[in-house]
Amino acid sequence: MADQPQGCARVTGTVAGEKPAGGPPPDRPLETRGTTMTARVGQKAPDFTAPAYHKGGFTSVKLSDFAGKWLLLCFYPGDFTFV
Amino acid sequence: MSAVADKYSELQKLGVEVLSVSVDSHFVHKMWNDHELSRMVEGGVPFPMVSDQAGNVGRAYGVWDENQGIELRGRFLIDPDGVIQAMEVLTPPVGRRLAETVRQIHAFQHVRRSKGTEATPAGWEPGQPTLKPGPALVGKVWEVWKPGAEK
Repeated sequence: MADQPQGCARVTGTVAGEKPAGGPPPDRPLETRGTTMTARVGQKAPDFTAPAYHKGGFTSVKLSDFAGKWLLLCFYPGDFTFV
Repeated sequence: MSAVADKYSELQKLGVEVLSVSVDSHFVHKMWNDHELSRMVEGGVPFPMVSDQAGNVGRAYGVWDENQGIELRGRFLIDPDGVIQAMEVLTPPVGRRLAETVRQIHAFQHVRRSKGTEATPAGWEPGQPTLKPGPALVGKVWEVWKPGAEK
């Protein structure tokens, strides 16, 4: 996979249908910002695009690119933690 | 994460792709992989490690903890149609048990192959009898499943 140029901006995921990350900081406090929880069993998984590290390179991942496959999506508190 | 990386080949055999997500940058993911995880799992982490520093993805999945600025241990099993079939969320101090996830993958794949004509009882393991919901099963579950059957 081709390496993409890496800037210094904070990298984050973007949920499909929302404004992409970056740009001016939100004028509302974080807690009241847009997205409410939409994940629920039996419902479509919220699509997103996000930067990722994969096998020595930096890449971009889009959830809907995995359509047609089973996918295990695992969140965890942070790198270099102990559990 | 190392537990999932360790079982990655087993998950691949089941046709399951893996993504991990945290609020760390992809640069930190690289350091964690290169300096620690690659010593725990041969070859390092084989799947993409996603960065979600602003918690946008975590918020959409209900695992963003705004007080701590982290994402809770959320595990989502998504089927080939993009539908969430199973989810589990733990607070940070307790790790997951991947064997249960693998069991659920077997069960959900079995049910999907049966096109919804079969269901798996509590504690079902691959190879064990399934339930075929219908008039004949009403009041007869006791014949195929008894308390204590779950290991």
